[in-house]
Amino acid sequence: MRRSSYEGIDFERRAVKELEYRQATAAHGGLLFMQTVPGIAYGDQVIVTDHRNHKRNGQVVQISDELVTIQVIEGTDDLDLERTWVRFLQKPFQVSLSTDVLGRIFNGIGKPRDERPPIVSALKRNVNGSAVNPAARAYPKEFIQTGIAAIDGLNSLVRGQKLPIFSGSGLPHNRLLAQIVRQAKLLGEESNFAIVFAAMGISYSDALFFQNNFESNGVLGNVVMFINQADDPTLERLILPRTALTVAEYLAFDEDRHVLVILTDMTNYAEALREISTEKGDVPARKGYPGYLYSDLAGIYERAGRIKNRHGSITMMPVVSMPSDDITHPIPDLTGYITEGQIVLSRELHSKGIYPPINISPSLSRLMKDGVGKNDTRDDHVRVANQLFAAYAKAQEVRNLASIIGTDELSEEDNHFLSFAHEFEAVYINQGEEHERSIFETLNIAWELLSILPASVLSRVSETDLARYHHWEGLPRDA
Amino acid sequence: MDGKLTQINGPLVRAELIEACIGEQVRIGKLSLMGEVIGREGNIALIQVYEDTESLILGEKVESLGYPLSVELGPGLLGQIFDGVQRPLKDLVQISGDYIPRGVNLPALNRDKKWLFETNSNLELENVVSGGMSLGIVKETELITHQILVPPNSSGTIIWLAEAGLYTLNDPVARIKNEQGTEELLYLSHRWPVRTPRPFKRRADAIAPLITGQRIFDTFFPLLKGGKAAIPGPFGAGKTMIQQQVARWSDADIVIYVGCGERGNELVDVLETFPQLIDPRSKRSLMERTILVANTSNMPVVAREASIYIGVTMAEYYRDQGLDVVMVADSTSRWAEALREVAGRLGQMPVEEGYPAYLASRLAAFYERSGRVHILGYEESVTGESRNNQGSVTLIGAVSPPGGDFSEPVTGHTKEIVQTFWALSKELADARHYPSVSWTESFSEYVSVTADWWVENVHPDWLKLRSEALSLLTQAQELMRIVNLVGPEALSSEQRWVLEGADLIKEGVLQQSALDEVDSYASPEKQFLLLQMMLVIYHQGESMLTIGMSVQALKKLPLLITAKRCKSNYSSEQTENLKLFIEQIKSDFQKYRIEYAQELL
Repeated sequence: MRRSSYEGIDFERRAVKELEYRQATAAHGGLLFMQTVPGIAYGDQVIVTDHRNHKRNGQVVQISDELVTIQVIEGTDDLDLERTWVRFLQKPFQVSLSTDVLGRIFNGIGKPRDERPPIVSALKRNVNGSAVNPAARAYPKEFIQTGIAAIDGLNSLVRGQKLPIFSGSGLPHNRLLAQIVRQAKLLGEESNFAIVFAAMGISYSDALFFQNNFESNGVLGNVVMFINQADDPTLERLILPRTALTVAEYLAFDEDRHVLVILTDMTNYAEALREISTEKGDVPARKGYPGYLYSDLAGIYERAGRIKNRHGSITMMPVVSMPSDDITHPIPDLTGYITEGQIVLSRELHSKGIYPPINISPSLSRLMKDGVGKNDTRDDHVRVANQLFAAYAKAQEVRNLASIIGTDELSEEDNHFLSFAHEFEAVYINQGEEHERSIFETLNIAWELLSILPASVLSRVSETDLARYHHWEGLPRDA
Repeated sequence: MDGKLTQINGPLVRAELIEACIGEQVRIGKLSLMGEVIGREGNIALIQVYEDTESLILGEKVESLGYPLSVELGPGLLGQIFDGVQRPLKDLVQISGDYIPRGVNLPALNRDKKWLFETNSNLELENVVSGGMSLGIVKETELITHQILVPPNSSGTIIWLAEAGLYTLNDPVARIKNEQGTEELLYLSHRWPVRTPRPFKRRADAIAPLITGQRIFDTFFPLLKGGKAAIPGPFGAGKTMIQQQVARWSDADIVIYVGCGERGNELVDVLETFPQLIDPRSKRSLMERTILVANTSNMPVVAREASIYIGVTMAEYYRDQGLDVVMVADSTSRWAEALREVAGRLGQMPVEEGYPAYLASRLAAFYERSGRVHILGYEESVTGESRNNQGSVTLIGAVSPPGGDFSEPVTGHTKEIVQTFWALSKELADARHYPSVSWTESFSEYVSVTADWWVENVHPDWLKLRSEALSLLTQAQELMRIVNLVGPEALSSEQRWVLEGADLIKEGVLQQSALDEVDSYASPEKQFLLLQMMLVIYHQGESMLTIGMSVQALKKLPLLITAKRCKSNYSSEQTENLKLFIEQIKSDFQKYRIEYAQELL
């Protein structure tokens, strides 16, 4: 059965009438099945109107000659199939784009959450975006000073990079992100930046924390928030990062802004994907997640970057909480294969009271090599970073040894490494939430710490570096 | 033949399409999306689509094209970047902007460019030519002379041959008449189906090592030209960096780099840096010998599966010209996942971790396209040709095991197929020991073959020193277990010197910085001298211990740190300095020995 739909002016413009049907035959979980109707397209947006005249949003996820499968974002709970109308909008999910989005709060499909009117604009784009042609990309290499030594000195962030924070429940990733937002230089030549904040399944208090933080930094006018709280529809989380990134692409590549996209928490996203893929009957790969989790996540992460001849950029910092702190869990694992490095938070450092509790050994920035050095930060930057990593790794070995045989049995050199590790964590990593360090401060502190060690064990830095910055005052070297 | 769409499920669609062959190319809908028939059920064809299927409508037209997925092979491939179905991405930017559009069909090679074709002067009318023979040459880049080949399946008597001159790819350069009397025009380029290996005369033994300039590979786990290697490693272990180093420095004629489901920015890095990098042997830009194939992780998954075949077919084409080709595929895991995704949507029974049962055979068939061969058409050629009679394809596949677990299916199957296995270790990477290739888990079955080459070209002691170094590393590893249980005091002086010796090898030889201009590439001779230097120090120290010098005193010798720095202080051209330094070390130790003896007196 069908009823025609007259939506005023809209109808006049359409080549084909909007189609509305009442042929739903089955529903379970987030999926609604109905008999096939002609003219509908894969990926089309759908409005499902229930018997109370409440509207729900959906999307065509499978079509065969008998059945159409619709993914209903708000779920199919208490749908009375006989009295449910399904309207096909004959277009994919789109978001209206205008600079009016700045300072606003939306839900996953771009509807206002802040009791203000919806965005009106002639410019609408498909939330799925298209892949950037690799030949059109520009390689990201502009250093962003976050003011955090463990990031700037060792895992530098550059404009257009996607650098996730691997965290765990109870770890201070939100505070770290807020600090980065507060301190990051080169994110904006003043008004030229924007922050797109995309929250999937986070708690009310976390959402509020960020909102207050943006407000107290006076950046709220440059922030767009997309929020789906823990009690909001799960499937909305699937479309939310795509909506947010479509807005980010618009701000970066149409409006020339440097955009920082914060996605939190990607684990909630992946769980929503698992939920719907299980309902669809997809063959699971690892831990019940579908085989296409990698491609799906890449479709989100790869939207960060820079494009030649366009001034803006999209820098992305997703939060991935590692279930049971397991970095080999499919979500952090696949994320690590797509993103350009990762910042890993450690429960051990956190419980020692160190903030930010960044575990530098598994942390990495793949784009660091081209963003730092002589012309960008300081000539010795890369070598100092390598030396710190190597010395800290060696110090960890010594620590393990000391826990077995005690510190008294250690050689003199090993004892130097122990005190290095201690100072490194207490001074270099543990900089506190209120302290901001310039990159030069960071590098100078690094040399202070490297001076705890004799030059003979510092093979990663050059002789020139040693002559210039190293001032070891231990025992004479030719003993 | 036309049909219509009956089902859409992500990248997999079904259509009523009679007489469609498996493997046949189709065009779908008004956007004309590219797809491939992968199965038939009665008059329904199963089609995998290389592009996003969003907005396809049931009942849309599906057109079958009558030929399988194939690539265009001819001059102009070098220096290009193609997508997973061989569309030229740089040209695509000109036509459709920064984003990749759907349904755009562009020829891989430029139709307007004129190439200077030099006809093979020995060929005459009435000569009989067959597949693989060379009709003449085109100078494709300063580095590469491109042989214009008779397509493998064509043969006949030449009834017309173009004179030397400028031709586009649309201009014929020869006409041949086969035994049945049918005439065929030959052009500068031809097409070849990607899933069919290009034929060759017969296989040849691979004998020459592929010199990559990376010490851990060339000296410890060598690969041959025509061999197959895998690089498995968890994320962050430096896989990409290693592959880029191999693509940069290896002494092959052609390098094909396939970015299969990887990061867009990595390809941009290659695109931006390679043109500026100078090949150490030819002193020309590296881009002149490089072809890139890019299917980044956000590009359609089905084209990812095709991209590997596109790459290897181009590799075989250059092999057929008598060249040594290296193809680097990053990463074969993404390719396997693309297989898994399609298999899952087809409802095929998964065996391990969701992968279909044919994973192992597909992987094996892919790697089998490597090898050194006697090329087709060379021996039959009556006229003599200006090319090598052999060519090779070396395949290097990266593997990205989930969670770094090498027992997962893709790593497991690959390990059984390849002869060189460069296993990356997360522990080494975390300690910033790069390249993070584990010397305990890696292997190479080519050591004895390469030894002949090293003996002939570098030094007769190569094999001996290599085994000494490896045994030192293994001993050190065992000793470290003891140290970790009871502390270093439990070791004898000799054993502690073994640990120091292993450290010398790790820091002075194995670690190699890709970012250090001097250290990035090491010639075989430099590699050998560094190894020799560390072992000389180790042996000299060993003999000092016997006359009573303490390990502590030995470890404080300044020449230890100088030796560790030699790799970045002397370039591959400065091997004389390395030799001098080795002599210096020997005489220094002689001096210590005398001092010591005097003290004892």
